[in-house]
Amino acid sequence: MNILSLFVLIPVLTIVGILFTKDYKQTRVVSAIGMGIQLVLAGLLIYLYLAERNAGNTAAMLFTYDTVWFPTLNIHYSVGVDGISVAMIGLTAIVVFAGIFASWMVTFLSREFFISLILLSSGVFGFFISLDLFTMFLFYEVAVIPMYLLIGIWGSGPKEYSAMKLTLMLMAGSALILVGLLGIYFNSAPGGGQLTWNIQQIARIQIPIQMQRFLFPFTFIGFGILGALFPFHTWSPDGHASAPTAVSMLHAGVLMKLGGYGAFRVAMYLMPEAAQEQAWIFIILTSISVVYGAFGAIWQKDLKYINAYSSVSHCGLVLFAVLMMNQTAMNGAVIQMISHGLMTALFFALIGMIYGRTHTRMINEMGGLMKVMPFLGVAWVIGGLASLGLPGLSGFVAEMTVFVGAFQHTDVFHRTVTILATSSIVVTAVYILRVVGALLFGPIKDDHFLQLDDAKWYERFSTITLIVSIAAIGLAPLWLSDMIGSSLVPMVEKITGMSIAGLF
Amino acid sequence: MTDFTYTILIPLVPLAVFIFVGLTGHKMKPIVSGLIGTAGLAFAAVLAYITAFNYFWIGHTAGTGYTSIKAFEISWLHLTEHLTIKLGSLIDPISVMMLVVITTVSLMVHIYSIGYMKGERGYHRFFAFLSLFSFSMLGLVLATNIFQMYIFWELVGVSSFLLIGFYYEKPSAVAASKKAFIVTRFADLGFLIGILMLSFNTNTFDFQTLVSPTGPAITQAGGAAFMGLSVLSWSLIFIFMGGAGKSAMFPLHIWLPDAMEGPTPVSALIHAATMVVAGVYLVARLFPVYALGAPDALHVVAWVGGISSLFAAVIACTQTDIKRVLAYSTMSQIGYMMLALGVSGFGGHEGLGFMASNFHLFTHAMFKALLFLGAGAVIHAVHSNDMSGMGNLRKYLPVTHATFLIACITIAGIPPLSGFFSKDEILVAAFEGNKALFFIEYAVAGLTAFYMFRLYYSIFWGKETHYHHTPHEAPLVMTIPLMILAFGSIFAGFLPFHNLVTSDGLPFETPTEWSIAIPSVLIALLGIGVATFMYRKVTGVPDKIAGAFSHLYKWSYHKFYMDEVYLFVTKKVIFNLISRPVAWFDRHVVDGTMNGIAGITQFASVKIKGFQSGRVQQYAFVFVTGAIALVLIFVYLW
Repeated sequence: MNILSLFVLIPVLTIVGILFTKDYKQTRVVSAIGMGIQLVLAGLLIYLYLAERNAGNTAAMLFTYDTVWFPTLNIHYSVGVDGISVAMIGLTAIVVFAGIFASWMVTFLSREFFISLILLSSGVFGFFISLDLFTMFLFYEVAVIPMYLLIGIWGSGPKEYSAMKLTLMLMAGSALILVGLLGIYFNSAPGGGQLTWNIQQIARIQIPIQMQRFLFPFTFIGFGILGALFPFHTWSPDGHASAPTAVSMLHAGVLMKLGGYGAFRVAMYLMPEAAQEQAWIFIILTSISVVYGAFGAIWQKDLKYINAYSSVSHCGLVLFAVLMMNQTAMNGAVIQMISHGLMTALFFALIGMIYGRTHTRMINEMGGLMKVMPFLGVAWVIGGLASLGLPGLSGFVAEMTVFVGAFQHTDVFHRTVTILATSSIVVTAVYILRVVGALLFGPIKDDHFLQLDDAKWYERFSTITLIVSIAAIGLAPLWLSDMIGSSLVPMVEKITGMSIAGLF
Repeated sequence: MTDFTYTILIPLVPLAVFIFVGLTGHKMKPIVSGLIGTAGLAFAAVLAYITAFNYFWIGHTAGTGYTSIKAFEISWLHLTEHLTIKLGSLIDPISVMMLVVITTVSLMVHIYSIGYMKGERGYHRFFAFLSLFSFSMLGLVLATNIFQMYIFWELVGVSSFLLIGFYYEKPSAVAASKKAFIVTRFADLGFLIGILMLSFNTNTFDFQTLVSPTGPAITQAGGAAFMGLSVLSWSLIFIFMGGAGKSAMFPLHIWLPDAMEGPTPVSALIHAATMVVAGVYLVARLFPVYALGAPDALHVVAWVGGISSLFAAVIACTQTDIKRVLAYSTMSQIGYMMLALGVSGFGGHEGLGFMASNFHLFTHAMFKALLFLGAGAVIHAVHSNDMSGMGNLRKYLPVTHATFLIACITIAGIPPLSGFFSKDEILVAAFEGNKALFFIEYAVAGLTAFYMFRLYYSIFWGKETHYHHTPHEAPLVMTIPLMILAFGSIFAGFLPFHNLVTSDGLPFETPTEWSIAIPSVLIALLGIGVATFMYRKVTGVPDKIAGAFSHLYKWSYHKFYMDEVYLFVTKKVIFNLISRPVAWFDRHVVDGTMNGIAGITQFASVKIKGFQSGRVQQYAFVFVTGAIALVLIFVYLW
């Protein structure tokens, strides 16, 4: 049994297990066990991966497994990982695990809730291990569709509207991606011969430039919609605001990363010439995302909206860095994906916990919560500091790598957008501190808040898992950065068309 | 050469204390957390003294220059082929001097705080944050490369934020902490851009490589000009912007007076003696690059320093909150240090300003910490910051009174106290470097003496005031640090700085220039005399003078309306003119378009839906009509 297939199998087995449970107490225990195993497995995978690399295995993909699934169209079930996907799998396992504990008190249709949640996560895992474009797309859809049910049924506020909006916009993205993928497939053998969906094989050939020019925008925008690319980001604030806690965590923490990951693993890696030509358009859009999201967040009053706009800004930086097309910036992009995934999951978890107590998410109705719930308050401050890029926490590592990478371009255009993107560190500080001040500090606005209790054990567990991960990356980033960086070398060489020495 | 690897313990011990007290502090008795923090700092201080002793005397052959030693270094993050962020410890005259300053003042503040913070909620939190700050500040001065400095630069920023906002239930404290963080963050943006530019052009972050006279910074990066200044000048000006933000130089100073909302020991440690001089340290650290590679940038440093010192001194004359007077005084004194760096050259006697700046940094740390801690003892006794409600406290607080007076004399620059020596060197350097700035500094010397003695007389002399409780002298745990610092303030001036901390590591001679020193002492005495005349007893003179110069008084009292300008920019421009329209645009235009597309789709579907009514008659009617229409078209129009 290939270790990677376990990442899809364990969620499926967990779902089967959930079907046999009697009440929500059993359901959540089964879910926690299943996802706990998944987390251990992810840790093991990272260990095995690094061991294999240290042993001198330089193959682009490790732990590969390939079997024909649908011969007529040459669709394979083909899996394999490099440093980037290993890192993303680690992120997903942590966020899902924390998400289960954040949903500890879901009692309404709990079996269905956990089944959808775990199904979603299996799609995400499948996406990250796939090397075959078709199965990758399949897993992508598996991840997107349960989202509709999760928001529509367990959400709050105008949940039907939000669920519909989110699903439709993401479906529009899927449609664009599908066009792109089909185009790639039909051009995967320009010299004649068997067409293929396999990413590694397609990367060896060059898709005709006319086709690239046409297909690249479809693929990039399609994935970009999921990655909250301006101006296709508006599903994010509404969707997050209505989604239940764990869904927001998974969605912002992991699902949005499929966008960034797909944008460079598929769009840029397979169509590098078009990417070179059209990058400037998307660089403008992403730099707008970065600054616009941050300014948008200043004005919001609903915690979830603030965090959603903040995500637009942070995810904009991911795509921005990807488009800088050098090893340093792309390394930063991947670290930023992981860092943002953890941070935003932490924020959404905390928002859920605070909302569960105060029954409001409006910052002007709250205040002084630090006094009544010090644990949640401190956790919030740590998350906020990570978000504004404090050294020692993950955000700093990601942002600095991106900025240094982006600064390697010497032309005026790149310099201007880089400095613009850099300025977001100030705006981010403004909205983060505004929320911290309004929410946690100052006098207590409402006497009812005095009766509120601090985090329960499962909430602490969820929060601490995320904080420890954020701090671990922030304090010792070298192994992660090197693991990602070495896997980036072949991709950057393909994208830039130049051979690079690598950093190490 | 001595092995200095152990110096990494100097920051790491406070870090360990921070983690330990931060995680378990709420379970222990408050006093225990205070003692653990103090013990950790005492350990760091002892190590710092050993380092200084080893570096300056034991491991050094007399007559040779002091070299910089990279005691320890590890890679933290690979960025590009050439650029790697490393963490380590760099030992050279200025870093060793800073280690001594920081650990000494921090230790005094720790001891003092055991008494000052007694009974406060969050006692252990206070000590945890103090340790965090000490760790960050020590890491900053030991930085081997500019990126490590930036890392710790941000960490001191956040420790400062946490400590200013220590009384987090007080809205003014929360607002002040936010302001401090955001203003300095804005300055740090400049710092970051400067680092990016400098490292891109030199392919290194390393200080030793950067400051080497044959290194890439000084020899190569001087090229390509933009707006009349070289790339190197621009990067150094941007880097200086970071330093100006942290050191509260005009016009980025506005956070410092508000930062006085923090507990007074914090003001003494962070906002007087250590963190706010980080900007001076930054320029001093890169000094050879400034002096040899980009004299233009150095002129900016000099003028920003000079203007700040005058600006702050004028404001300090009219403030009534004792901590704010001290805050403006700090800004003014740091302006002195910046100016000294700015007018300095490199090497030998040319580098007088460099030496003077560091000398003044050292003595200032002692006497300003003393002033703040003394002010803390006064506030502790009368529970107020406002000097108009004080008077005649000298009989209630004898120790505080004596030490405060010593500090005032020191800062005024009266020989033979330490302030005289360091200030005199700065004046000489300014005289040799830039005459205009030299005269500004003479004026500032007079103003300094005046506002300090205005403060002194208003607190300890003046009117007999009735207090709610009879003020009583602070406990020994608070007065002992005062006495130690007073001792330092008196005698620090006799340290042979010109042999120890010089721009090129080599000693040089600094004879006292009496032609400059005597007028400066006279000016100081004049300032003291005027203050004595106006404030020793209650007279109507101050009000009359304020009336006569009502405009100047008003502008000074309102701090030249700088806060209003900033408020306008942040509230009106950023909040209302950028952020609000962005939010509106997002809701109505971007999202409106999306909803519009959805609306059109739905509209179309409703319309088309009408055709699928399921009524056979309608289908037949449409079918027949259509057929006839087609026939007519084919027959007549084809």
